[in-house]
Amino acid sequence: MMFRVDRDVLAEAVAWTARSLPARPSVPVLAGMRLEVTEDTQLKLSGFDYEVSAEVTLELQTGEPGVVLVSGRLLAEITRALPAQPVDLVVEGAKAVVTCGSARFTLLTMPVEDYPSLPAMPPAAGRVGSDVFASAVGQVAVAAGKDNTLPMLTGVRMEIEGDTVTLAATDRYRLAVRELKWQPDQVDISAIAMIPGKTLADTVKSLTTGAEVEIALSSTGGTGEGMIGFLSGGRRTTTRLLDPEFPKYRSLLPTEFSARAELGTGAFVEAVKRVALVAERNTPVRLAFRGDEVVLEAGSGDEAQAVEVLPVDFDGDEINIAFNHQFLLEGLGAIDSDVARLQFTTSTKPAILTGGKPVDNETIPDYRYLIMPIRLSG
Amino acid sequence: MSRKQQVPKVASALGADDTGCPILHVDMDAFYASVELIERPELVGTPVIIGVPGLRGVVLSATYEARRFGVHSAMPMTRAMRLCPRATVIPPSHGKYAEVSRGVMEIFHAITPQVEPIASDEAFLDVGGARRRLGRPAAIGEAIRAQVAERYGITCSVGVAGSKFVAKLASRQCKPNGLLVVPADGVVQFLHPLPVGALWGVGDRTEQALVRLGIRTVGDLARVPVATLQRELGQAAGTHLAALAWGRDERAVTPHVPDKSIGAEETFPADVDDPEAIRRELLRLSERVAARLRAGGHVGRTVSVKLRRSDFSTITRSRTLREPTDVAQEIYVTACDLFAAAGLDRVRLRLVGVRVENLRGADTSARQLTLGERETGWREVERAMDKAVRRFGPDAVRPASLVRPKFDGIDV
Repeated sequence: MMFRVDRDVLAEAVAWTARSLPARPSVPVLAGMRLEVTEDTQLKLSGFDYEVSAEVTLELQTGEPGVVLVSGRLLAEITRALPAQPVDLVVEGAKAVVTCGSARFTLLTMPVEDYPSLPAMPPAAGRVGSDVFASAVGQVAVAAGKDNTLPMLTGVRMEIEGDTVTLAATDRYRLAVRELKWQPDQVDISAIAMIPGKTLADTVKSLTTGAEVEIALSSTGGTGEGMIGFLSGGRRTTTRLLDPEFPKYRSLLPTEFSARAELGTGAFVEAVKRVALVAERNTPVRLAFRGDEVVLEAGSGDEAQAVEVLPVDFDGDEINIAFNHQFLLEGLGAIDSDVARLQFTTSTKPAILTGGKPVDNETIPDYRYLIMPIRLSG
Repeated sequence: MSRKQQVPKVASALGADDTGCPILHVDMDAFYASVELIERPELVGTPVIIGVPGLRGVVLSATYEARRFGVHSAMPMTRAMRLCPRATVIPPSHGKYAEVSRGVMEIFHAITPQVEPIASDEAFLDVGGARRRLGRPAAIGEAIRAQVAERYGITCSVGVAGSKFVAKLASRQCKPNGLLVVPADGVVQFLHPLPVGALWGVGDRTEQALVRLGIRTVGDLARVPVATLQRELGQAAGTHLAALAWGRDERAVTPHVPDKSIGAEETFPADVDDPEAIRRELLRLSERVAARLRAGGHVGRTVSVKLRRSDFSTITRSRTLREPTDVAQEIYVTACDLFAAAGLDRVRLRLVGVRVENLRGADTSARQLTLGERETGWREVERAMDKAVRRFGPDAVRPASLVRPKFDGIDV
């Protein structure tokens, strides 16, 4: 087996494939990256850790068919460091030799026959704009739990109903919901998938090179051991789905409010960051909305304290409410809008953070970030 | 109330120069027994033992008449009864002791805010600042003894010295119903004849190690090079003991040391291997700990369980929660998880304990609400239980699974 390919193209493909390689593989062979030159002179690079698979296909000018398995991490480091010249890879016995300009590397190969075969790509279900999808997933994944002892909360739930995709994630302290349109292959499709949040966020971010992402779902019924695949610009990746169990979140999203506040997102973020300097982890930033201003406070009597006042466009009953500053900042970072709108009922009920001013108050915005307050004692 | 009552009496001809001796150690004499005798005057002058009779009970307190037979606190009841079969046994009534204890502490606080309670029946006082108002430390000590006797009809002993540990030794020396001043220049003379076991921080293990080195008295200890002690006992313990042997103790009287943890444990009347019964006990202990947390205005983040097998080998397991709690149900669920994870299924247990650590004030502690959480939950249920208990007494309300005859045991 041999091939020649441009250094930049190879480095990018190798780096993308290496992303999904396990840091501590359960079996040594999973640390490998599989490189295959097909009969029709395509180069396929793939990696797999039984949860996530990644495969990228490149067109080659010259190549001789064959397969080789080498250390993915090492190959990624080497290709990143190579000069901008064509790269040759030639398999000689049990070694793979990489040459590029005046540099030459000899890599040990691993037994290809021990390498598990990648899962087949599930049937395609539809397509969505890659940038829209990446930003939507980013907005939702921020609320996914990071605690692996509660796997149900580490996922992003994807609900597909016809041409609408709803993404939702919660760690019990906040809940992010995003709706977007896509082009389903069947107009009456109805499916549910729970995708590991971190994997999904990393994957869609890396798939923005193509204009569209094709989504492939193995079980459109919505239950059981499923798999989801994403395909874009010669890159395909599959991820095992989580148990589809998820809180019945729609009923938790309040629809009636007693107050509404709108602030400039940038100024709000800056102010929260400043007062939060005196707030330790998991301690609250308190917001007091009065007329046309909001007082932000953090810290308590026997520690450092901070206070800042911001103008606000406020409508409704005056309210004192406190939030974990990290949760608030992550929400403000996710709304993707110059104006942040907060809606409240009481200081112990969930608040809703949305972006911008919807054209009228009847429209439910595409993106809602629910945040549970911190109850102050006394 | 220590088991080491065998400090030899030395001639108390040390004089009463209390200059530079602002530290008082006040210790009630046979506290629980004395309180019980208030209501049973006919028993005064006879051996009385406070404790729960039965296989697992231990002596909580004993009158000096009983101690003469070798009975001491923490001794198994069965052994105490063998030593002194004539003794009257009175089961403890903790509420009564707590009440007297509170009253006694109030007397102390009227003298100085510098009061460091170390048990329900003993405390350190630094009266250095009360001198001008109330007189010399020895006079203050006598005044305290008179007030306690007048108000509660019980006696106490007072040690007066320049440091906490010497004051504590002095009060033990003059028990019962005494007062002893150890003058600043008489400390070494006072300390050196004492057995090493009398020193604060020398337990059985350390004492054995010292005796192996031929060190029997504090005087022996004082003459051993510090380096040798450090080698034998460890850096910190060695340095500490060498200082104590010369009467050096820099620890100040610190009023109101905030609770670092709150716990409760229970020795079963007979060893138990039924996980159902163990979990029920964990619930009972969790209820008790949570009630004490709420009463003290604390919340805590770390829950630990203590599990002692029938062979006395003990394991503890702990877990830190995301949010601090004072809710028995949350403590109980965590305790059950810890018990389940300890791998002691079907192992016979002698004792279980539940403890909440990492305490902070409930008033400074805000609580992150969770999605879909009910407005009123266990927290509110338990607050309501507290109210019922305050009004109708400790047996007014409890979880249904705990409604059953309570077995004997001591609170720890």
